[in-house]
Amino acid sequence: MDVAIANYIGLSAVIFMIGVGGVVARRNPLVMLMGIELMWNAANLAFIAYAKAYMSNAGHVFAFLVITVAAAEAAIGLAIVVIVFRRAVNVDVDDVSVLKG
Amino acid sequence: MITFWLLAVLIVASAVFVVSAPRPVYSVLGLLFNFLCLAVMYLTLDAEFLAVIQVVVYSGAILMLFVFVIALLSSGVRPFSVGPNRLPRILAPLSILGALGLGGLLFVISESVTPTPAPTGAATAAGNAGVFGSVADFGQALFTTYLLPFEATAFVLMIAVIGVIALAGDIDPPRPPRSKPLREREPILKDGS
Repeated sequence: MDVAIANYIGLSAVIFMIGVGGVVARRNPLVMLMGIELMWNAANLAFIAYAKAYMSNAGHVFAFLVITVAAAEAAIGLAIVVIVFRRAVNVDVDDVSVLKG
Repeated sequence: MITFWLLAVLIVASAVFVVSAPRPVYSVLGLLFNFLCLAVMYLTLDAEFLAVIQVVVYSGAILMLFVFVIALLSSGVRPFSVGPNRLPRILAPLSILGALGLGGLLFVISESVTPTPAPTGAATAAGNAGVFGSVADFGQALFTTYLLPFEATAFVLMIAVIGVIALAGDIDPPRPPRSKPLREREPILKDGS
């Protein structure tokens, strides 16, 4: 491995923090979901980089499971977005406070 | 080394574009580019199967879902059929162009296809089962050592499907008794919110 493992982990952290920034800063629920997808992919990159570093298949299998859970999360999140937008035309997630206690 | 840094710059730039794009469609395109670059990076990390899964599941399924939701949510804003249909006017040149392209493609394929030599030993699909990161190696690990988590993902997906149907499925309103004629039914009241 000519590239050190720390580079991959650093890149993973950068992608993760960009995703966090997207979730925190943007108010469009679709862009927020895309930020969450970025975070999933950052975790996957870390898993695969460590799998290569330790020459172990477990990281690959776990990344596969992460992709599965990410698909389920995207489906449910988009369903929630659809039913929220079906009731109101508003785009701002700060106004969606029906579940607030 | 140069591959890693090139891909890293592309990935970070597209990720920044995803969270800063003015419209969600641009974000989806940036995310598509990001996922494709990540798939190439997985290939450099000897994760062949995950690179394919990255393209098929993420770029193919999840991003298609995003685009579909964007199209669904903005469908009421602007009518879908804006402007006249331009297809009949450009049909003749388009068909000529398509026929020429198809003919050229078939010619190139027929020229370039050569009988592949018989695989020699280690190059067969089952032969590289011990090589790290190969599809055969991954499949063997997934279906022997990690069979239980693999089965658990089936439950995760099933729960997700049930949840989506419960959330967004169109549940029929309770039907009025059949004795009353259709015309005399009261209109279905909408809730106040």
